[in-house]
Amino acid sequence: MNVMQQATTSPIEIRTPKMPAMEGRAVSVFYGQKQALYDVSLAIERNQVTSLIGPSGCGKSTFLRCLNRMNDTIDICRVTGEIRLDDEDIYNRDIDVVELRARVGMVFQKPNPFPKSIYENVAYGPRIHGLTRSKIELDEIVTSSLRRAGLFDEVKDRLNEPGTGLSGGQQQRLCIARAIATRPEVLLMDEPCSALDPIATAVIEELIDELRENFTIVIVTHSMQQAARVSQKTAFFHLGKLIEEGHTSDLFTNPKNKQTQDYITGRIG
Amino acid sequence: MFGYLILTILVFTLVAYFVGQTAGRSFALADRQTHSLPGYHGAFVAVWVGIPALVLALLWVALQQPVIDRLVIGSLPGALTSGATPAQLSLILSEIKNVAAGQIFAEPSPDVKAAADLYVRWQDIARWAMFAAAVALMLLALVIARSKLAPRFRARTGVERFITGMIIFCSVVAILTTVGIIASLVYESLEFFRRVPLHEFVFGTRWEPQMAIREDQVAGAGAFGVIPVFTGTLLIASIAMLVAVPIGLFTAIYLVEYANENVRRVVKPVLEVLAGIPSVVYGFFAVLTVAPAVRAAGGAIGIVMSPNSALVAGGVMGIMIIPFISSLSDDALKAVPRTMRDGSLAMGATRAETMIKVLLPAAIPGIMGGVLLGLSRAIGETMIVVMAAGLIATLTFNPLDSVTTVTVQIVTMLVGDTAFDSPKTLAAFALGLMLFLVTLTLNVIALRIVQKFREQYD
Repeated sequence: MNVMQQATTSPIEIRTPKMPAMEGRAVSVFYGQKQALYDVSLAIERNQVTSLIGPSGCGKSTFLRCLNRMNDTIDICRVTGEIRLDDEDIYNRDIDVVELRARVGMVFQKPNPFPKSIYENVAYGPRIHGLTRSKIELDEIVTSSLRRAGLFDEVKDRLNEPGTGLSGGQQQRLCIARAIATRPEVLLMDEPCSALDPIATAVIEELIDELRENFTIVIVTHSMQQAARVSQKTAFFHLGKLIEEGHTSDLFTNPKNKQTQDYITGRIG
Repeated sequence: MFGYLILTILVFTLVAYFVGQTAGRSFALADRQTHSLPGYHGAFVAVWVGIPALVLALLWVALQQPVIDRLVIGSLPGALTSGATPAQLSLILSEIKNVAAGQIFAEPSPDVKAAADLYVRWQDIARWAMFAAAVALMLLALVIARSKLAPRFRARTGVERFITGMIIFCSVVAILTTVGIIASLVYESLEFFRRVPLHEFVFGTRWEPQMAIREDQVAGAGAFGVIPVFTGTLLIASIAMLVAVPIGLFTAIYLVEYANENVRRVVKPVLEVLAGIPSVVYGFFAVLTVAPAVRAAGGAIGIVMSPNSALVAGGVMGIMIIPFISSLSDDALKAVPRTMRDGSLAMGATRAETMIKVLLPAAIPGIMGGVLLGLSRAIGETMIVVMAAGLIATLTFNPLDSVTTVTVQIVTMLVGDTAFDSPKTLAAFALGLMLFLVTLTLNVIALRIVQKFREQYD
């Protein structure tokens, strides 16, 4: 645990601690003619877990996917507004998407390990970004990433076996290890536990809490309990609009908005 | 007559269906505890009525002719048939049939005339007998099947069993056909190997099959070494694959990963048109357009090449194979889950990196399947090489030379005057067998590869 933390003292913490890690300003998203997100402004605080909640189709995943421009892969998708990462608009022409995605990693809803060995899965990012100079360094990154994802002890004897052979929960932790191996500043998680059983979910939630020390995390979740358990800040989306945001404890115990209250008490959604 | 019979069977079957269905309905009205729906009762009776009658009719038609022939021959006076060879008998029989059909060229003998009358009469009788037998069978079946129906009768199970049987029958037909073709290939090849030893065929390096088939012909002694023919085939197939694999694969990659919807809407149908061009058209494209152009180009830079070069035949064949490889690779690439692609892109990989490191490895089984299918096509393709490749079997690996292929040799051996017991003709079967073994091996390898990778990448 200690070794791990030393290894990951990232440069972000040296920068202005007050400034949010990412900030969306008046973000609107259109899929063709259809508008999916309306003027969302939301700050993602550094080294915190921010959870995005709301009923299906409310735009929370769409917003998440704007944060590392994964929406670019959808031809008909158009984004307006501004999203800042360290005071730089990531939709600026000068931004290299490849570099952006190395800084803003992502974990998907369904575990999606590559059809490669466990080792190669984790080494994927460091390899394509040339983060290491030697095999020893690469080994070290792979080991430390797996360890930090709480998977190392379970797989250390079979690093060369295919990642697809692991259980669902292990696969998801492998994907987390893969995402943090590039040492991103922000980690986006799109319903990372929705395909997992309760035990695997508990393991991942614990992991998220630990990862918060080194990463800024944004998590989309359907489970309000999960949002309450893991996050410090919560944003409630409904029908493409950001309805309410605030400290998780405030939002769940004392919602200001009627819609938020209805949702968290189970009346809508 | 046979047409009417089929029609009658159809009508009876329909009637049987309604009889069964009506019975089923009445059961359903009387009692909620019936086992099967009325439709199944109907189908059950219909199957009972239709299928046996159909089988009877088909068997009857198949067996009627030989029986009648035998009867007519038997009726001929002994003077005509005694001591006649089978060939003479069949000559007499066909004369009788001609007379019966009214095609009279010379005045037939009274014996033949009488036999023709008899023939016509037997045929009439047979026809009516078939009709009567079929109708009787159907009526009988209708009564039996109807008497079986009862509220708790399991008509559905019976129909299900019939469907299973029919499906098995169909697959057995396909398998038996394959077995039959292989058996005839093997049989004729064995005949060939009785005349030309196996080792001479497999290891021989000279292929000069144009031997004399009659004593008065002037021709070579004949040499049946298969090696130059197979090297020719492999040379042309390799050239074809060299053209088709890169172009096909890159086309697929472009279509899946880079092209937008509009481009894809145009390019995909065009590729499918390419797949629809008959290979004979590719053949004259090769002979009339590509070959002269390549030859002129070669001449311009001082290379002398044969007009029927392996390069031209292989190149054009490669173009023909492109759609196979591109469309199978396209499917394989598209079948890779979107989450893989997103996962790689989200790691900050470029599209090319994602393609090379994630999508291609995941799609390899499908792509390999396409490539090996294309290769089987290239090896078995006939028309292009008949038109564009040579006829002389030269043992060479020079693509500018003229070579011949297995398929070309098979064609040239079986066209024109042939004697069925000469090694020249029989060699075609041996070649066909070899070709079959080679493509079979390729297909087995393809299946193996696909299975091996599928386990790993699912």
